[in-house]
Amino acid sequence: MSTLTEAPPPLAPAAPEKKPPRKRGRFTPYWLLLPGILWLVVFFALPMIYQASTSVQTGSLEEGYKVTWHFATYWDALSEYWPQFLRSVAYAASATVLCLLLGYPLAYLIAFRAGRWRNLIMILVIAPFFTSFLIRTLAWKTILADGGPVVGALNTLHVLDVTSWLGWTAGDRVLATPLAVVCGLTYNFLPFMILPLYTSLERIDGRLHEAAGDLYAKPVTTFRKVTFPLSMPGVVSGTLLTFIPATGDYVNASLLGSADTGMIGNVIQSQFLRVLDYPTAAALSFILMAAILAMVTVYIRKSGTEDLV
Amino acid sequence: MKTTDATDRGGDVRLSGISKTYGSFTAVHPLDLTVPQGSFFALLGASGCGKTTTLRMIAGLEEPSTGTVHLGEQDVTALPPYKRPVNTVFQSYALFPHLDIFENVAFGLRRRGIKSVKKQVEEMLDLVQLGEQARKKPHQLSGGQQQRVAVARALINHPKVLLLDEPLGALDLKLRRQMQLELKRIQTEVGITFVHVTHDQEEAMTMADTVAVMNGGRVEQLGAPADLYENPQTTFVANFLGTSNLIEAEVDARSGDDIVVKAAGDKLILPGGRSSAPATTGGKVLVGVRPEKIGLAHADEAGSIPEGRNRIAGKIVNTSFIGVSTQYVVDCAACPEFEVYVQNIDRDPRLVPGADVVLHWNPAHTFGLDAAQDIDAGVAEEEAA
Repeated sequence: MSTLTEAPPPLAPAAPEKKPPRKRGRFTPYWLLLPGILWLVVFFALPMIYQASTSVQTGSLEEGYKVTWHFATYWDALSEYWPQFLRSVAYAASATVLCLLLGYPLAYLIAFRAGRWRNLIMILVIAPFFTSFLIRTLAWKTILADGGPVVGALNTLHVLDVTSWLGWTAGDRVLATPLAVVCGLTYNFLPFMILPLYTSLERIDGRLHEAAGDLYAKPVTTFRKVTFPLSMPGVVSGTLLTFIPATGDYVNASLLGSADTGMIGNVIQSQFLRVLDYPTAAALSFILMAAILAMVTVYIRKSGTEDLV
Repeated sequence: MKTTDATDRGGDVRLSGISKTYGSFTAVHPLDLTVPQGSFFALLGASGCGKTTTLRMIAGLEEPSTGTVHLGEQDVTALPPYKRPVNTVFQSYALFPHLDIFENVAFGLRRRGIKSVKKQVEEMLDLVQLGEQARKKPHQLSGGQQQRVAVARALINHPKVLLLDEPLGALDLKLRRQMQLELKRIQTEVGITFVHVTHDQEEAMTMADTVAVMNGGRVEQLGAPADLYENPQTTFVANFLGTSNLIEAEVDARSGDDIVVKAAGDKLILPGGRSSAPATTGGKVLVGVRPEKIGLAHADEAGSIPEGRNRIAGKIVNTSFIGVSTQYVVDCAACPEFEVYVQNIDRDPRLVPGADVVLHWNPAHTFGLDAAQDIDAGVAEEEAA
């Protein structure tokens, strides 16, 4: 019995040698973080601080700008350009809704019905990215050109009468109207809606659909009570990925729109590059950022998906 | 094919000539089956035997290639699942992750337009002992609790038939035993017909009144668990349900109701009523006996074995002690791996590997099977499942 209770020889001697490597490794995580932190400081924090300071400067190009804590620039910018702000939000919101209406059925189809065509359709969704954003937007200029087949068809069907009455188009023109800008935004941001929607739909366990059917839910009810609620993370991230860049976009408005369809992005661009009024441009940028942050915060609270961000 | 009695009642499940083919693969061969109202019916088989497909055809989740499904007098073959008075407890439960336990259980009631669900849901949650958990989300519950939610969610609708697709497969052994008794208790309490799909033969035998053993898309045999165990009709059933020692033998003579067979020189007696094989003299037959029916005597004591028992001599190859019993593997001329389970009442120290022994059993415990079958059918399947 005594031989059985004898403890095995201790493995202690190896222990002290473990200490030095632990000391050496203590700062490793911070060293690994360094490139990322440097990147953020140089390309995010510094420009933000620089822009913030620009927005409260006064002066002129000839005499140079000085920080005078002139916060009135914000108020002036807002009171002068509020129509562009409203238009940006309205266009971006319309485009987001359109993207959701177009993208959801497609994402649903890819996730549940496409079978072996799934990968092909996914490639087709991403394919536009192989061409430049500008060229694709210019192509829409041709598509919507006056007297072109699209405008012709819409005219024959008297659709343009309705949209003109609503103020979306002007006479027999589509180009240079709000409709054209919203179409361009919708087209350009559609993949950003489809991809997150697809990801969240694809993750839904098919047995949940069977279970809902088994528990007396018609297919429509199954969608309303099970599929759609479970795809909410995709809906929220898709709408954010569409709405945020669309609000600040200026390419669609400048290529497909007119002076009357200017968005806030166009104002910022021209203040920076043509008028060279840097304080106003910087102030507009900050107002836009604050507005988007406020809207997104409210939206995420309302949709109950805080765990997303 | 044998079916259970079809006493015409509202909750009977009647499958007539039902089959399912996927392209050239036949998952279920034309099948007739009647599950009487209020019974606990198990479809038992290895994975891929067609049991789940059969269940899904009853639920309406799979459309049969041929045949009809009747619930009582109603032909439900063409009805979509949401119109069938049938509910399913899915494998891995399929609880709605975005709804809390209360709403999961209330789902079916709400879909049928029932407004005041509170009382019913609370009663159902009490039945499965989850009253406290009503406002939790499914992922906050343990596997056993989720399983009970799945049962409650289906039962609250008072279906004519409750279908259970491997409902205990995801649980650990101890919990599985507990849930088997729990499900049995619930079934007795509510009196609804349960159709239970499982690959676990012990689970099927513990819970079900009637078990249908399926193999390769066909029902091999159907009956009460004890009947199936004692009187297997095929080698698959004999091997899949527990363990059987099957010996190839030749019919020697008939004496009264008994058949005398010869296996490698040993004469064995097989009751004629327990043989499903044709007993023509000189014909082949498979003789079977369950390992726990056999007595094991050391060769020196062979004289003390009472007359009239079947006996075979052999040598112990292997023993394993498992507490309540000891399992011996004996090499006999007729069967190289004869399994014997002996209860550990008085252990004979001479019964060690290499010892010469005599196996003996009451001839009444012998069953006969058609020798045209694969003698190992159902052995490998059980290990794979």
